[in-house]
Amino acid sequence: MSSIGTGYDLSVTTFSPDGRVFQIEYASKAVDNSGTVIGIKCKDGIVMGVEKLIASKMMLPGSNRRILSVHRHSGMAVAGLAADGRQIVARAKSEATSYQSVYGEPIPVKELAERVASYVHLCTLYWWLRPFGCGVILGGYDRDGPQLYMVEPSGISYRYFGAAVGKGKQAAKTEIEKLKLSEMTCREGVIEVAKM
Amino acid sequence: MDLEMNLNASHSMGTTIIGVTYNGGVVLGADSRTSTGMYVANRASDKITQLTDNVYVCRSGSAADSQIVSDYVRYFLHQHTIQLGQSATSKVAANLIRLLSYNNKNMLETGLIVGGWDKYEGGKIYAIPLGGTLIEQPFAIGGSGSSYLYGFFDQAWKEGMTKDEAEQFVVKAVSLAIARDGASGGVVRTVIINSEGVTRNFYPSDKLQLWHEELEPQNSLLDLLNSSSPEPMNI
Repeated sequence: MSSIGTGYDLSVTTFSPDGRVFQIEYASKAVDNSGTVIGIKCKDGIVMGVEKLIASKMMLPGSNRRILSVHRHSGMAVAGLAADGRQIVARAKSEATSYQSVYGEPIPVKELAERVASYVHLCTLYWWLRPFGCGVILGGYDRDGPQLYMVEPSGISYRYFGAAVGKGKQAAKTEIEKLKLSEMTCREGVIEVAKM
Repeated sequence: MDLEMNLNASHSMGTTIIGVTYNGGVVLGADSRTSTGMYVANRASDKITQLTDNVYVCRSGSAADSQIVSDYVRYFLHQHTIQLGQSATSKVAANLIRLLSYNNKNMLETGLIVGGWDKYEGGKIYAIPLGGTLIEQPFAIGGSGSSYLYGFFDQAWKEGMTKDEAEQFVVKAVSLAIARDGASGGVVRTVIINSEGVTRNFYPSDKLQLWHEELEPQNSLLDLLNSSSPEPMNI
């Protein structure tokens, strides 16, 4: 399905007549064509899993990590353009540490998700920037318990029980819906994620 | 006797301030004297200021400095509450005060005691003395009058008091300090913060217990001459 923008898709600062910003949709396509990333919220924490795509037999295992930690209590799994993902993680790390220095407590996951989402959205507002070509699954554990958020290239972010991005997201979502997450511990969750 | 009073000197609060945790919340207490040198500029000041619905701060040292710091922190906390979507915690309030106190230590002269209640940690007291250290304690005392209270607290403080016990304890402590410290005086104000909310209380001087050799309030000291004791002054 390739939609032709016919001239409305040349810049992220142009709307199409039917109210879409094509550049952002194209960015989402980049995410959809990448390896699957899933996250689930269990009773006592978050479990995230990434489909390991081996680009070359000569690559060392353990390199090209796509699950990165943001702070002692939070981490992110990245789908899409890996370099873009690194930028987002760097920004999240800096937001988390600066919040801790100013307020004296670890950043609440909701706050972190809002800041990451507004940063991603920022890059959809100016013609000299391009949108991030990656979707991020953000998991963290704060005073209100474990929380899972997903941030898309458009900058929207929602809170989820279970989320999936990438090539196999439809299948993964169907599988996740079958799970009884409120009764699962992280240990059991890891096994379920691995199976997917 | 020094009759030269500099009435334009900066206002300092001699002060006795206290913050105490109890089983279920905190009680903050303070005297009410603001002095300009020897002159009492305000004999009924309110040294316990609100930062948020559930966090208050006791101010001591320079009146101007402590007011400005409280104003800034109240402003930051208000923004923080909006972003967070719920009340700020007492730890966050104390940390913001600490950052201002520490980073401006060369210019400020103020000792503060932050006390509040939040749903995560319950009642907490944080002391932020002159240099800008932040220390969480079960109770904290500050101001010039606190020097006279260290021994009293060491002996009489206990963990897990009830609300009324804690308040009476604070009132007793402030009145003891007022009796001994020339820079503290006036009335005793208390603020109790717990899960149910905030209660302010006021204890005028005549409601306070009299300590060793203190006289009853009189209309005139000449009345003593006509009383039973022929020698009112014993040298």
